[in-house]
Amino acid sequence: MADTSTAVSPAPTSAAKPAAKAKVVAPAFREYPTIPALQIDSMVESTPYIATAAHNEPLGFPGELAEGWEQKAVAKMGELLGKYRSLKVYMDSCVHCGACTDKCHYFIGTGDPKNMPVARQDLMRSVYRRYYTLPGKIFPKLVGARDMSKDVLDDWFRYYNQCSECRRCSVFCPYGIDTAEVTMAAKEIMDSVGVGHKYVNEIMGKVHKIGNNLGLPGPALENTLEGLEEDVLEETGAAVKYPLDVKGAEVLLVTPSADFFAEPHVDSLIGYGKVFHAAGISWTLSSKASEAGNFGMFIGNYDQMQKIAMRVREAALELGVKRIVVGECGHAWRVAYSFWNTLTGIGAGANDPFAIQLQKQLDPNYRQPSHICEVTWDLIQAGRLKFNKDANDHRIVTFHDSCNVARGSRMGDYAGGQFDIPRHIIRAVANHYVDMSPDTTHERTFCCGGGGGLLSDELMDIRVKGALPRMEALKRIADKDGVNFMATICAICKAQFTKVLPYYGFKMSMVGGVHQLVSTAIVLDNEQ
Amino acid sequence: MNYLFALLFYIATLILVGGVAYRVYDYARTPAPLKIPTTPAPTTTSGVAFRMFREVVFFESLFKSNLWIWALGWLFHVGLALVLLRHLRYFTEPVNFIIAFIQPFGMYAGFAMAAGLAGLWARRFLVERIRYISTPSDHLMLALLLGLAVTGLLMKFVMHTDIVAVKTFFLGLMVFEINPLPSHPGLYLHLGMVVLLMMIFPISKLLHAPGLFFSPTRNQVDNPRETRHLAPWAAQLERKA
Ligand code: HEM
Ligand code: SF4
Ligand code: SF4
Repeated sequence: MADTSTAVSPAPTSAAKPAAKAKVVAPAFREYPTIPALQIDSMVESTPYIATAAHNEPLGFPGELAEGWEQKAVAKMGELLGKYRSLKVYMDSCVHCGACTDKCHYFIGTGDPKNMPVARQDLMRSVYRRYYTLPGKIFPKLVGARDMSKDVLDDWFRYYNQCSECRRCSVFCPYGIDTAEVTMAAKEIMDSVGVGHKYVNEIMGKVHKIGNNLGLPGPALENTLEGLEEDVLEETGAAVKYPLDVKGAEVLLVTPSADFFAEPHVDSLIGYGKVFHAAGISWTLSSKASEAGNFGMFIGNYDQMQKIAMRVREAALELGVKRIVVGECGHAWRVAYSFWNTLTGIGAGANDPFAIQLQKQLDPNYRQPSHICEVTWDLIQAGRLKFNKDANDHRIVTFHDSCNVARGSRMGDYAGGQFDIPRHIIRAVANHYVDMSPDTTHERTFCCGGGGGLLSDELMDIRVKGALPRMEALKRIADKDGVNFMATICAICKAQFTKVLPYYGFKMSMVGGVHQLVSTAIVLDNEQ
Repeated sequence: MNYLFALLFYIATLILVGGVAYRVYDYARTPAPLKIPTTPAPTTTSGVAFRMFREVVFFESLFKSNLWIWALGWLFHVGLALVLLRHLRYFTEPVNFIIAFIQPFGMYAGFAMAAGLAGLWARRFLVERIRYISTPSDHLMLALLLGLAVTGLLMKFVMHTDIVAVKTFFLGLMVFEINPLPSHPGLYLHLGMVVLLMMIFPISKLLHAPGLFFSPTRNQVDNPRETRHLAPWAAQLERKA
């Protein structure tokens, strides 16, 4: 817990009481999903632990809130308005039509009106209007403008940490207003005055210091991977390798560090290895870039995002690989697919020396970067993998589209490939597959409730409540079709669901990775 | 009154044109440093143009999200568009045949516009969630537009004014000539509200109209692996790195 007593003005008041003690209550399943009635301030207690100077300073953020922060925050907002067209256009364009009001899983789960996307944006828009628009300067009341104050900051810290940046609202807004962009800007502004989410800032510190979010040092990683090799050999008789830092390998696999030891994540890592083994592709992990996740995105900080992404570029150059492949992680894939080319030149079509250097090394015959699902699906189509589908017969499978993959990226060669490819793979390796209700899948998918850096324990109540719409959709097909396995391709979804499923009466082992299913069914050549 | 309205219209036109031009320039010069289209998104520029067309003409996203708001909003906007086109006859001589052709539709469009506005306004009172997010300015904006529609319809159907004189007045304004405006309270009210609307356009949520075209989630092509997208300020960081 942050010691805020030395701060000039006390840090967000509610952050001072440990939110973890708050009761975690799962809402009841609704018979017919209706829009909840407003429950004003029902989530006002939910606030993350505040980062301390020890977390903030290594990232270049001030240690704590200090005198004069209001002006600094407003100035930072001005800076971001000049750097991000999204923010500027979204601040101006909302007509308060209300179309987004019932689209956020956190609103559905809590009824707190400040979890309606437009109301969440208005927390910032009210300040924007006060300082950056004429009507807000002259008639603040008329347009709902407010001064930047401690109360406002407290509300920001609470409610921008109840947004998983899932972008569901942006699908439904007539102007595509993306609350995630607003949330990221708000977090960037808060960090710039020393008010950050402890969990997130701590993790970014670990990435820089050790190379991954979990703080697993190289030797530990090596041990883990050796252990995996032994397990797989014992189980299958095949000498599948999980190589680390192998120069000259064809593929560099960058995967969320949870894959190295967390359940059920590790089963997917085992699956990736089996796929490469079966296809005879040489590959390696990197101890330097032993993390695909990039929490820089969650706090909207371009510098952090670029620094974290740069590790992958450096590892690729050092190891001399030809292809870069990303494991099952939703926000990592968004950063990789949508941002890596911009941030680090992993991708094609550049004419600047910085990116061209890398382009010379990477194989232009492959999409750069590729998602592991793209790799596997291409191999399946080419007939290079064999499966015993019956091995998955104890499972009736459904697929949870992770928000960052669904609405922030793509796979394959056409719009919407990110929906089809994982489903194609599942159908190729398992006999029983059922989709959840179309209102809750594809671009309309509901977030697991733990995205955007909200995966910390003190936020468990909002995490559980935010999972409601997904849990309801799962419940319907579990009852009707006996679905007992929800596959997903996101480390955060997996971690979140293992925690949250029991609150809704499901077994935590119901969630797993797509490559976990691949791993179960794949037929390896045991002679090797 | 002639001079007052002439002056007001000149000022309002300057504010509207200058203000919107400045806003558009400001949006255009602000970089979008990252690729953030809401996917699945078109992978080609023509695809994006088609997506934008569907958004502007059919309000596609709104249709997905809420049929009530879509129906009322679309009714209002289509009504507004037809009414605006119909008003072009006050500014052109001879009247373009397309404008002449839509005159009868334009009349009904006035009712559609008013009905749509009334429905949208009712939502602000009746739907708890929308009541919560509404600010006084949201109500005033609807009141203003509804006032415009109602005074317009009144002049059309109840208390007629001399529209030939009105046309002479506006044609005159366009060549900096001030002709008499019929002295008619309904007309004064109507024109007063037009002036007000023109003046607040560039400083209010009416910016949604230009804003839509600049929304990165809607106007970006989904091709980050094929082309490197780099904002000037981001490129500068790279040089330092
Ligand atoms: C490119 C042109 C335009 C597009 C695509 C567009 C689109 C939209 C959409 C999708 C909405 C939300 C739904 C609704 O509440 O109706 C909206 C609301 C609104 N529009 Fe437009 N619009 C355009 C031009 C205009 C213009 C020129 C005006 C007025 C002079 C206007 C006035 C309004 C108002 C007042 C609202 C808010 C209605 C409410 O309070 O519920 N729009 N517009
Ligand atoms: S981005 Fe997702 S979590 Fe955030 S307001 Fe929108 S729907 Fe809610
Ligand atoms: S749907 Fe878009 S315009 Fe409508 S209230 Fe929500 S953010 Fe504003």
